[in-house]
Amino acid sequence: MSWTRMQMAERLVREFQEGWVVNLGVGMPTMIADVPMGDRDIIFHAENGVIGYGAVCAPGTEDLNLVNAGGQNVVLNPGASIVHHADSFGLIRGGRMDVTVMGAYEVAANGDFANWKLKGAKGGGIGGAMDLAACAQRVFIMLEHRTRDGASRLLPRCSLPITAAGVVTLVVTDLGLFAPMGEGFALRDLAPDVTLEEVRAATACPIIA
Amino acid sequence: MARNKTYPDFDAAVADVPDGAVIAIGGFAGPGTPYNLIAALARRGAKRLTCIANTTGGAHKPRMPDIGMLVENGQVAKVICAFTAATRASDVLPFTKYYESGEVAAEIVPQGTLAERLRAAGAGIPAFYTPTAVGTELAEGRETREINGRRYLLEYALPVDFAFIRAARADAAGNLRFHRSQRNFNPLMAMAAKTTIVEVEEDILPAGAIDADDVHTPGLVVHRLIRVPPPPMGLWTRKREAAK
Repeated sequence: MSWTRMQMAERLVREFQEGWVVNLGVGMPTMIADVPMGDRDIIFHAENGVIGYGAVCAPGTEDLNLVNAGGQNVVLNPGASIVHHADSFGLIRGGRMDVTVMGAYEVAANGDFANWKLKGAKGGGIGGAMDLAACAQRVFIMLEHRTRDGASRLLPRCSLPITAAGVVTLVVTDLGLFAPMGEGFALRDLAPDVTLEEVRAATACPIIA
Repeated sequence: MARNKTYPDFDAAVADVPDGAVIAIGGFAGPGTPYNLIAALARRGAKRLTCIANTTGGAHKPRMPDIGMLVENGQVAKVICAFTAATRASDVLPFTKYYESGEVAAEIVPQGTLAERLRAAGAGIPAFYTPTAVGTELAEGRETREINGRRYLLEYALPVDFAFIRAARADAAGNLRFHRSQRNFNPLMAMAAKTTIVEVEEDILPAGAIDADDVHTPGLVVHRLIRVPPPPMGLWTRKREAAK
């Protein structure tokens, strides 16, 4: 049984350390703010300058002028603050993000990843991904292990235009938790009832167990 | 006595926007977006515009006035944005068709670089080096430099003619306060612009009603204020739904 998206989020959250400032990107990573952090004091940063936000608002309680990076209306936790975009990205480039968690189309064994431009597209959607990828202390990637057609999203090298080179620290997929090691991925954890053989069959580069 | 910067309506506030103007439009995922000024610019009909914003808009419902609408209106020559397409293949921005056909030019800029290029323009800094986008397609053929062992990309300031922004509160001298994530690009765009036009959510206060310590953007860089009327006359931020 593979991990659900929420279980993928929960697995990544286990890697967060006390006091970390965590930037959450659009898409799958937004659900991380809904995972209980236990005793750990974790500060969530959104690229639009919101520092210290929490869960998505219950219906009817939203402040429409307060959104996270994905445009969801969220609550502010005690101690929250808000800055403008240049300061928000100043904090990012200044190395204040202990980790950024992003979705991706592809991630490569050399630590590259791609999440802004699809094959054959003229335009793309970079948002804050390139700034975050280049400057956060760690880059965690959340993605489905395979495309809808069954092709591996974990590759020796990215086939799509990359977002940043050699920056990925950890990758969580529906099958497990991985770390890029250059020519392959080190297996750090397996989803329940998923075998190493299944992971190897689903992956286009070596899995180091 | 400070001059009162209040304008009677949105059309009067944008009446002198010429063809070929460079316009920065604030907002991030709704909050801080000057919907009423964008709508007024569409009515004004100025052409060959360069529009700077986080996105061209149109990925969510209900659709609000956005750069995509100015593009559909034939008013835009170029956009400078952090998104020129949606990141999900299933989402198609209204803008994309015009970009792919070559009708409109686009420059895609990482969001932090976009913010810093605006900040630099407002701060009198002509260019700067950033680690963002080094090693990517965006850096191909461009000037990079190694500083203290790390490679950086040269980026230029982005001065603008008009900033269209939205704030929660203003006094007649143009001092502004933003509410929550409404702030986003807005203070930077005001600093970068020759003329800043602000739609304001609350009644415009007499000069001095906002304490000097509590001002987010000084009236020095704010030129025109228009109070957003209640709906249906005024456009307000609404809860977003993904367009399908």
